[in-house]
Amino acid sequence: MDWDWNFVWEIMPTLIQGVKITILATLLGSVLAAIVGLGIALARRSPNKAMSRTVGWAAEFIRGTPLLVQLYFIFYVLPDIGILLPPLVAGVIGLGLHYGTYTAEVYRAGIDNVPRGQWEAAKACNLSARQTWSHIIIPQAIPPMIPALANYFIAMFKETPLLSAITVLELMNQAKSVANTYYRYIEPITLVGAFFLAISLCSVVLLRWLERRYGKIER
Amino acid sequence: MTQWSGYLGLIVQGALVTIELTLMGSVLALIMAFLAGMGRLSRFFVLRALATAYIEFFRGTSIFVQLFFAYFVLPLVGLELTPLQAGVLALGLNVGAYAAEVVRGAIQSIGREQYEACIALNLGRWHGMRHVILPQALLVMLPTFGNNAIELLKATSVVSLISLADLTFQAQVVRAQTGNTMVPFATILVIYFILALLISWGVRSLERRMARGLDGVRV
Repeated sequence: MDWDWNFVWEIMPTLIQGVKITILATLLGSVLAAIVGLGIALARRSPNKAMSRTVGWAAEFIRGTPLLVQLYFIFYVLPDIGILLPPLVAGVIGLGLHYGTYTAEVYRAGIDNVPRGQWEAAKACNLSARQTWSHIIIPQAIPPMIPALANYFIAMFKETPLLSAITVLELMNQAKSVANTYYRYIEPITLVGAFFLAISLCSVVLLRWLERRYGKIER
Repeated sequence: MTQWSGYLGLIVQGALVTIELTLMGSVLALIMAFLAGMGRLSRFFVLRALATAYIEFFRGTSIFVQLFFAYFVLPLVGLELTPLQAGVLALGLNVGAYAAEVVRGAIQSIGREQYEACIALNLGRWHGMRHVILPQALLVMLPTFGNNAIELLKATSVVSLISLADLTFQAQVVRAQTGNTMVPFATILVIYFILALLISWGVRSLERRMARGLDGVRV
């Protein structure tokens, strides 16, 4: 079977549509993962043992099971108890929850890396817990986390094709529907691969820059 | 009253396929990891370039796209694969690319003095690698290999989309036949989690065994 450039141009608009949805899902998923991760990290530091244990186990469970099955769970099981979600929303929630458990570890490491002396100094300066977090701990903890967080967002971007399994019309699903309509697989699937490779290679360059910019902290 | 025992049989069959895929994929991933990881450290430019291209390509595109490529596009260029072969190939090559970076990092983490000692003892490149560097590097690699194996286990759920009857696929069958969504999906989530726990437990005990007799070697 030969590569047909005319066919490539013909299907390009459809695929671009898919790319938009893919990027949208990644962005929304990243925001949700960043928030969920922070929530999990804070809950695990909570002095309440029951709370930190439960959240820890839940996070461990989510991290140990496949994203695809979690997506099915959100999309097919939740309607049984009356929560009907549009596919894209279900997908974003799935991505956000799954990667939230990963980003939680990044936050944890970032917060743990702030030296003890900083906490003690904050206490010595009579700062409240709120002031300690917002003025002392967070500003020092965030920059070293940025490359690691970006790394997970790139990983998330590469998992978005799974959303096609719950009928989100993202890049992979558009490619599949094109392939099934014309019964030509070679161009659509190869193009999807090329799109992903192009975007991830660009994001790797961005990541290297982030690492140079934020990776090292001066002590 | 639904005949859950019969459906449980289906789920168990699926679990066996998932385990088979994970094992075979891990073996392929391990081989690729060492080939590509050592390739990146090679003296020869061609080997380095090949290994880098392999790693960047497989880390840059999504496992899902690679799987579809293996299953739908390779037959068009004359390489017919069964779903199982396509699954093992895609999973092994994908995770192998990630693990290759682990191999490279672990080998590079071994101190300079070890290499100098190899030269001083007149060991060739191969002998030094085999008897001095790798035994120490393996211990550094193991924990990350464990994480990679869990990633591979989770990625196996994707093969259900190319009609391979793994856990996720069987859960869909049970769901279609019984109309019950909650039970099959909750069951397989638990099974995946148990398998992941088994892997991390196995890797930890392997690590303990390999660390024996190496006390004091690493500081």
